[in-house]
Amino acid sequence: MATQQTQVLGRALLMPAVALLFIWMIVPLAMTIYFSTLHYSLLDSENWSFVGLENFRYFLTDPAFLTSLRNTLVLVGSILAITILLGTPLALLLDQPVLGRSVVRLMVIAPFFVMPTVSALVWKNLLMHPVSGLFAWIATSLGLTPIDWFTDVPLFAVILIVAWQWLPFATLILLTALQSQDEEQKEAAEMDGASALSKFIYLTLPHLARPITVVILIETIFLLTVFAEIFVTTGGGPGLQTTNIAFLIYAQALIQFDVGNASAGGLVAVVIANIVAFFLVRIVGRNLEA
Amino acid sequence: MKHVLSALLGAATLLGAAPSVAQTTLTIATVNNGDMIRMQSLTSEFTAKNPDISVKWVTLEENVLRQRVTTDIATKGGQFDVLTIGTYEVPIWAKKNWLIPLDNLGPDYDAADLLPKIRDAASVSGKLYAAPFYGESSMVMYRTDLFQKAGLTMPEKPTWDFVIDAANKLTDKSGGVYGICLRGKAGWGENMAFLTAMSNSFGARWFDEKWQPQFDKPEWKKTLSTYVDLMKVAGPPGASSNGFNENLALFNSGKCAMWIDATVAASFVTNPKDSTVADKVGFALAPNAGLGKNANWLWAWNLAIPAGSKKTAAAEKFIAWATSKEYSKLVASKEGWANVPPGTRTSLYQNPEYLKVAPFAKLTLASIDSADPNKPTVQPVPYVGVQYAAIPEFQGIGTSVGQQFSAALAGSSTVEAALAAAQSATEREMKRAGYIK
Repeated sequence: MATQQTQVLGRALLMPAVALLFIWMIVPLAMTIYFSTLHYSLLDSENWSFVGLENFRYFLTDPAFLTSLRNTLVLVGSILAITILLGTPLALLLDQPVLGRSVVRLMVIAPFFVMPTVSALVWKNLLMHPVSGLFAWIATSLGLTPIDWFTDVPLFAVILIVAWQWLPFATLILLTALQSQDEEQKEAAEMDGASALSKFIYLTLPHLARPITVVILIETIFLLTVFAEIFVTTGGGPGLQTTNIAFLIYAQALIQFDVGNASAGGLVAVVIANIVAFFLVRIVGRNLEA
Repeated sequence: MKHVLSALLGAATLLGAAPSVAQTTLTIATVNNGDMIRMQSLTSEFTAKNPDISVKWVTLEENVLRQRVTTDIATKGGQFDVLTIGTYEVPIWAKKNWLIPLDNLGPDYDAADLLPKIRDAASVSGKLYAAPFYGESSMVMYRTDLFQKAGLTMPEKPTWDFVIDAANKLTDKSGGVYGICLRGKAGWGENMAFLTAMSNSFGARWFDEKWQPQFDKPEWKKTLSTYVDLMKVAGPPGASSNGFNENLALFNSGKCAMWIDATVAASFVTNPKDSTVADKVGFALAPNAGLGKNANWLWAWNLAIPAGSKKTAAAEKFIAWATSKEYSKLVASKEGWANVPPGTRTSLYQNPEYLKVAPFAKLTLASIDSADPNKPTVQPVPYVGVQYAAIPEFQGIGTSVGQQFSAALAGSSTVEAALAAAQSATEREMKRAGYIK
């Protein structure tokens, strides 16, 4: 038990670090809030004026906003589903004692270490290209018409690329969790003649609940701001089909040079991220308290 | 060892004691196009003549360069001493006093030798604000062998009807040959450059004299539906993500019978090192619809000096060197006449050596001459610019309209829906910027 004095002292000693972190957060936020109330375009930087909430009204009534919000949620949701539904069986497979296990594990984890821009370029030009890509070659050798990924199913194509990058992350976390599973419990279930499926449902899944929660939380934080893959492959198009909130803000800040509007968009994105996080923590947080 | 060390030390002191010239370091921002990369590799020739100047390069992809340069000049960052800017920026930035007029480029510069259209595009009220480095228009590049085989003859001034008919006849999808390759990648400098130029030939315009957007007019509908229908029947798959470079690769590997794009591409498609069809390419003017305008644009990359630069004299020296006739001769002596930056000087097009190695020279010049940034369209317009409108808001508007048209090409939206969306987005932006009520 810490005494009253040491508690006070401890807090006092923590203050500089806390203050520094606070400044680290508050200065950019305050500047963004300030800019979001200005009509300030870089192309007309001499004539800026205070417009209050005009930028927010303008950003929220932009027809592109709702589309990009929907795209953002579809992106996050689908990638979470793919990585967890595929990551769990993958982790189970990698947990088996097979020959060359360490090599296989390394291969499975590799995509996570490829830079997003590089993997997007590889997918775009070497795999998904409708004329010279590998998928097109496979399709034509089977006598099928190649899929024109970024024209016909652009959002799905982006989801595939990003899911491929995040699948190793989910697999890795779930695998480490599996390795800490109680062997004796498994043996006892074996003795009682439980089938593999019921062992998975009644022993493994409850054991994996917490790591799955962690995967969902961490991936959501990163996936809300997917940018590089979209920038490299589709540039948000065709139309607005692959524009998510992050890309929309980029377009307003650096294609239209509208600082005020982009700042307002950034703040809207912060609010959205908080709403998503709030619900996520509420839904999955119970697992964390167990 | 000791001797070596002392010798080195001696040398170092000697170097230090040598009368040093005051060094000016120029930071130059430029695009990663072939001609600029070549300029970068020839810099040593310039610094040999001007030992008091050293040069630092920032070479970036076009869109990134534009973002960096615009952000820098708007926030008065002063990172760059020489900027590479397009004809779109020159009039806008000059009017804002962001650029220094280039009056002292020295006696050898010979501004009178510049092509009149290119000179106009780099000037505001008769004053040169940027020095053209290379200029371009657009034209039709086509495969003479395929035309011969199909018994077709490309006229010097083709009409759209002829181009569409030829594209349909020459398409052989099972053989991997597409009748026509056109830009589809969204962006004001990508698909909108081509489509705006095309719309000019169909009599359309971006804005009427009162800045009212015109996408709800029949001329635009005709332009976009002609383009989408043509590309559906005769275009390559994945066209909505093809820009200049993607189409160049397709044409060079023999997959396109026709390609309408920048005149600078002509030297790439006729170069046996890059192109498998180098000896089978013919050229013609960009198509027209009989309304007196061809579907060709006008563009130049120019070197300019930002206002507030403290190194104006050195920057002027560099610009004068890089855009002079002597520079052309230097490139010719090192790499051959075919690699000289095209489209800026009359003298180049009168040079027999250049005309001998550049079969596309005559048509490049004719294309540049037939584009008029001050009268780009059939009907009158309030803006300057052939394939763009030189107002600050155009980049954003052009890109979002480009997204809509790219969606129409991809088939994820109809021509009507794309035009309606383009109209409402453009109206919104123009209202916000205060052009219309």
